[in-house]
Amino acid sequence: MFQEVGTTEMGDLIINVGPQHPSTHGVLHLVITLNGETVKKVEPHLGYIHRSIEKMCESLTYRQFIYVTSRMDYLSSHINNHACALIVEKGLQIEVPQRAQYIRVLLDELTRIASHQLWWGAMAMDVGAITPFFHAFREREVINDIMEQTCGARLTMNFMVPGGCMYDIHPDFVKSVKDFMAFFRSKLSEYDEMVTNNPIFQARMKDVGVISKENAISYGCSGPVARAAGVVCDVRKLSPYDVYSQVNFEEALETEGDCFARYKVRMKEMNESMRIIDQLIDNIPEGDFQAKTKAVLKLPKGDYYTNVETARGDFGVYIVSEGATTPYRIKFHSPGFCNLSALDHMTRGSKIGDLVAIMGSLDLVIPDIDR
Amino acid sequence: MLTTLTELTIVGILILTLFAVLGLVLVFMERKVSAYMQIRLGPNRVGYKGIAQTLADTIKLVVKEGLTPNGADKFLFNLAPFIVMFGAMLLMAPIPFARNSQIWDLNIGVLYITAVSSISVIGILMAGWSSNNKYSLLGAMRSGAQIVSYELSAGLAIISIVVLTGSLKISEIIASQETGWWIFRGHIPVLISFVIFIIAVTAETNRAPFDMAEAESELTAGFHTEYSGMRFALFFLAEYVNIFIVCAIGATLFLGGWMPFHIGNWAGFNHLMDFIPSSIWFFGKTFFLIFVIMWFRWTFPRLRIDQLLNLEWKYLLPIGMFNLLLMTIIAIMGWYF
Amino acid sequence: MSFLRNYISTVYNSVRSLLIGMRRTGYYFTHHKEIITQNYPENRDQLNLPERFKGEVVMPHNDNNEHRCTGCTACELACPNGTIKIITKFDISPEGKKKKAIDTFIYHLELCTMCNLCIQACPTDAIKMAQTFEHSVYDRSEFIKTLNKPDSKLMEGVE
Repeated sequence: MFQEVGTTEMGDLIINVGPQHPSTHGVLHLVITLNGETVKKVEPHLGYIHRSIEKMCESLTYRQFIYVTSRMDYLSSHINNHACALIVEKGLQIEVPQRAQYIRVLLDELTRIASHQLWWGAMAMDVGAITPFFHAFREREVINDIMEQTCGARLTMNFMVPGGCMYDIHPDFVKSVKDFMAFFRSKLSEYDEMVTNNPIFQARMKDVGVISKENAISYGCSGPVARAAGVVCDVRKLSPYDVYSQVNFEEALETEGDCFARYKVRMKEMNESMRIIDQLIDNIPEGDFQAKTKAVLKLPKGDYYTNVETARGDFGVYIVSEGATTPYRIKFHSPGFCNLSALDHMTRGSKIGDLVAIMGSLDLVIPDIDR
Repeated sequence: MLTTLTELTIVGILILTLFAVLGLVLVFMERKVSAYMQIRLGPNRVGYKGIAQTLADTIKLVVKEGLTPNGADKFLFNLAPFIVMFGAMLLMAPIPFARNSQIWDLNIGVLYITAVSSISVIGILMAGWSSNNKYSLLGAMRSGAQIVSYELSAGLAIISIVVLTGSLKISEIIASQETGWWIFRGHIPVLISFVIFIIAVTAETNRAPFDMAEAESELTAGFHTEYSGMRFALFFLAEYVNIFIVCAIGATLFLGGWMPFHIGNWAGFNHLMDFIPSSIWFFGKTFFLIFVIMWFRWTFPRLRIDQLLNLEWKYLLPIGMFNLLLMTIIAIMGWYF
Repeated sequence: MSFLRNYISTVYNSVRSLLIGMRRTGYYFTHHKEIITQNYPENRDQLNLPERFKGEVVMPHNDNNEHRCTGCTACELACPNGTIKIITKFDISPEGKKKKAIDTFIYHLELCTMCNLCIQACPTDAIKMAQTFEHSVYDRSEFIKTLNKPDSKLMEGVE
């Protein structure tokens, strides 16, 4: 009888979650072994959205390859582009004008807020509340409009170029960002009312998917997942790039390491991002938005590495250059991949419902993991 | 003999029509309620303000191919939606839709309702098992555990009204509310059992936040993952009809059914209230309760299966039992209005 | 006794915060002015896309059917996807000199990722991004567009 429904001889139930499944935010394929409702093992299978982006980048010039990186972690595409622009600037020793640095950091933080908003909605939807998803999109839409106004696109902006930004900011940029900040601050209490303080939500999140500080480090977790376990790992603090060294903000840290701690870290990060924007928005210096660069960029022979803090964690770019117009080898270190590797550890022994909640709290973006 | 048969046929046709209309109205209502809560417009294309949208969807479902998976137990797979449907249909019998319009006023009406409402779990288990799909099986098992547990609380809540009325007959329960609905007359204990009843029936009809059996983010669609076309529509229809029925029962027991809003011996006020037709009272109360249940669905996250059972066995059942004790004392001492 | 107090306060606090959540959704249910979705095809006229919106690449022509493209293929080189293909020809000027000019400027909309690099690369501002966004067509061949109009010429003074 058990044989007929596809169980192993041990009486375990093996279930494929994904790649077409409403909870896997994309084409992640999980093979989970169940004992009743309890998860015994989770095995992620990748490769459904592999587009060989690293190989593609090797045939593109240093100006062209930036746009491809927006297609990896599409929710923080701007920050990915930032990393790529930074590494080219590092290789060519281009001095980026102050104004460009300010604009970049402002847009980075807006992207981070937008990404966390989407995560907030998706997180609530994963645990079964559908309404917050739409409320999150209402605020996110305002950021998208700001992006569209300044960068010309809503998601894959390609606004960064080596040496600065593609355009100057839109004349209305400062005003729209301030409007957004006021609007978002007024709506944050609703986030708490609908989700954070909800006892059902807290019961679903607390003591679920716990990862200790040591394990978070050994799995290579970064971003909010590691910070929820108490690991100090914010790249913006540890090795500040652009104007991050000049702004005051706190690294959001929690110690519990469970889903609710990750939730709180992201909520705090939204507040910290708003603090950064508050400090920068009024002080954008006058000047060029782009440094003068040569028409054809050639990185000197050698290898380069730079990392930035995306909404999901530590995103690194590694380039080996042979001195040609295109990189010889390029490698991206994506935060989602390492965070996904900890999924099995976090999920063992919890229920199927917890698996979904943990996946939501990891904030996985599959194109980022698979590239 | 012939007249009885004609009567039965007419009643049958009326019930079927009511089923279809209820399905359309409730699905449309759910869509609009969810849309407004989610700051959306909702269906607004087919017909005036989208009223015909559910009709169009029904036509789509009817003409769709009903697939049966290869590995399924074909007989049970095809039977399951009808069992769920029959369970819903049978429950229609003792519900009084208006003054003097009740199909079957049997003397154990309340018992009949609690007994028959358990039938749908068999249909759900059948659907989940026969689909030969692991998601369906898990969904069905969850649903079984859930419905069996929550029936206790629903039963206890219903019994508290039976204790007050002293009768299992639906018409007598309504007649006893001539001088005011039980929810107002029975102090806090009735209020508590009303809340327990609403929570329990939300769970019994597999609605969010207790939609363990479906849990779209965990089990795709739970027990009806493999169903398509009209058989899926039957499950869908049965869900909404079940909501209507449990809300109608709630309205009948706690809010007086078709009984207009009466206050004690205020003859003038009571007479004024009688001018509103009794069917409007009944449907008004029922739809209010349905709205509350929809409101739950579009606000709350889903519970986990163990939390769901914890809520029942650690909170609702003890509170319900204590409440029943209190209620019995109140009934014996005659401390209600 | 403390157990009972805990039990009651748990129930009370849970119910209270659940009701706060319901008040929020109830507010949105009754306040229809908060609705943010729009009736899309009907409101086409009111849609104001920002002037920087990257919809598709177009080549503006003036009233005399003149464009500014010299056929330098800078955009073709800058494009990461091979979206642009320029076929050049040699015009013979009245003085008898050969002069390079474009024959056809082929733009593959289906390959374009709207990265804006071609517009940045163009030395004569011959191409720009249009604010269109409804790109769906019935046949894939309709995506392959010729941007220069028939019989168009290079604008005077553009080198």
